[in-house]
Amino acid sequence: MNRLLVVDNLSKRFGGIIANEDISFHLEAGQIVGLIGPNGAGKTTLFNCIAGFYPPSEGTIRFMGNDITGMSSPMMAHLGIARTFQIVRSFGSMTVLENVMVGAMLRNKSVSVARERANDELEFCGLPARANVAASNLTVAEQRRLEVARALATEPHLLLLDETMAGLTPSEVQDAVCLVKDIQKRGIACLIVEHVMEGIMPIADHMIVLDYGRKIAEGTPAQISRDPVVLAAYLGE
Amino acid sequence: MTPKKRNSLIVVGAALALVLPFIVSNPSHQNYLILVLMFAQIGVAWNILGGYVGQVSLGHVAFFGIGAYTSTALLISVGLSPWIGMLIGGIVAAVFGTMIGWICFRFKGHYFTMATIAVAEIIQVLFTNWEGVGGAVGLYVPMDRQGWGVMVFNSKLPYYYIALGLLCVTLLGNWAIEKSFLGYYFRAIKDEPEAARSLGVSLTAYKLVAIAISSFFTALGGSFYAQKELFIDPGSVLVTSLSVKMSLVTILGGVGSLFGPLVGSTLLTGIEEATRQFFGGSGMGIDLIIYALIIIIVAIYYPTGVLGWIKHLLRRDAKTEGGA
Repeated sequence: MNRLLVVDNLSKRFGGIIANEDISFHLEAGQIVGLIGPNGAGKTTLFNCIAGFYPPSEGTIRFMGNDITGMSSPMMAHLGIARTFQIVRSFGSMTVLENVMVGAMLRNKSVSVARERANDELEFCGLPARANVAASNLTVAEQRRLEVARALATEPHLLLLDETMAGLTPSEVQDAVCLVKDIQKRGIACLIVEHVMEGIMPIADHMIVLDYGRKIAEGTPAQISRDPVVLAAYLGE
Repeated sequence: MTPKKRNSLIVVGAALALVLPFIVSNPSHQNYLILVLMFAQIGVAWNILGGYVGQVSLGHVAFFGIGAYTSTALLISVGLSPWIGMLIGGIVAAVFGTMIGWICFRFKGHYFTMATIAVAEIIQVLFTNWEGVGGAVGLYVPMDRQGWGVMVFNSKLPYYYIALGLLCVTLLGNWAIEKSFLGYYFRAIKDEPEAARSLGVSLTAYKLVAIAISSFFTALGGSFYAQKELFIDPGSVLVTSLSVKMSLVTILGGVGSLFGPLVGSTLLTGIEEATRQFFGGSGMGIDLIIYALIIIIVAIYYPTGVLGWIKHLLRRDAKTEGGA
């Protein structure tokens, strides 16, 4: 088995509040893993620990065999972990193309090479027509795609997607689903935090369900959707 | 503005700058032109850190002073040519800037600005009490020799061309940064620091690069000032008001744009001189009040700077032309 990401007994506390408690799971190369749970279940905290946003209180995170627990996000980017943000954070003073170029510059500092790479990623994400538009002028769906393109430009092995489908129309969700599948075809694994079930259930190879900061279930989407514990967490006892 | 139009504008501007001192022959007017160029140059230098990376420093006068003191002290003590002294001053300032940045970049936003003010104040006190560099009395640039080797002249003309040359070098440096990955990283850090980090950009490392370059060029301006005035003391090259002026010419002209500081400097130095000439005679400081009022008005009505306002007008014209 080719384990890309291994999370072991991870806990995160903010003062007296326990956001994540003793969470363990792993993700294999090229796999799509969905991370779901009701509001306040600790999904975003777990996501941020893995992304290097803040260090976990306990436990370890291993990526491609290296211990990356507590590493800063720039270092994680170098190792091959890229992320998007739930609230889009595009560089407002730049065009769409320039935004993606910043991502591409991680691997090659030449501006012309970065421009080429960025154009390829915009093509891949279906935004080539918007290349020279100011990033702030994009629609929500386009801004999400821009975030994905920018992250892909860093040539990651693992892409962390934070609620990329929130606020999209049903047809936009379908487009996003296709995009994630295309990303998987490139051999890039995805860890996806998602509220939109019709966006994550059809594509995930594996699902992890959190509630009150703990992992309450994991398995294939089909197993999860029949799990009484999961149903209770979502619908109430 | 198309790149072609912009380039022709730059060529015309450069040609005009070369012949200007022959049109304006009055030494006091020439002195005004030199000041415009000098403040534009240090404005461009300040802009690298304050404009592009968005780290507003109000302690840049420390780098200016270090440049002035290094070249002057080396000239007095070992007779080193100010041209080389200027370069050494720039390097000393860059090293000092990196050290200061390493400490001050721990503070964010306004707190960073406050920390830079504190650093500049400490440097001023230090130099005021340092007898080795003249203390409160200051240093005189020896005038026994003159000419290009020692950068001392009787006429204003050579100073004008040195200031112009320095401005061009600083603009070129800034332009090269803007076109390279550094320019992209700087803007990314200013726009969305967390997103930049997630793309592998180490904030501290690139802020340090920016402050090193910025302080180097600021120090060149300081050495030039010393050679032009032939006298420096803490009250002239280490005063906070100078830090404020560096940021003002940039903010008024256009933050984060290549030629913004040049526009700002022309305007600000112009207003300064004009108000002094028209109202300065009263001795009641009316010139300063009017000077401040104009700055406030510009800041309120043209928050993107004068250059931003001009660009906005050009775009509007282009749109109406396209629509007609």
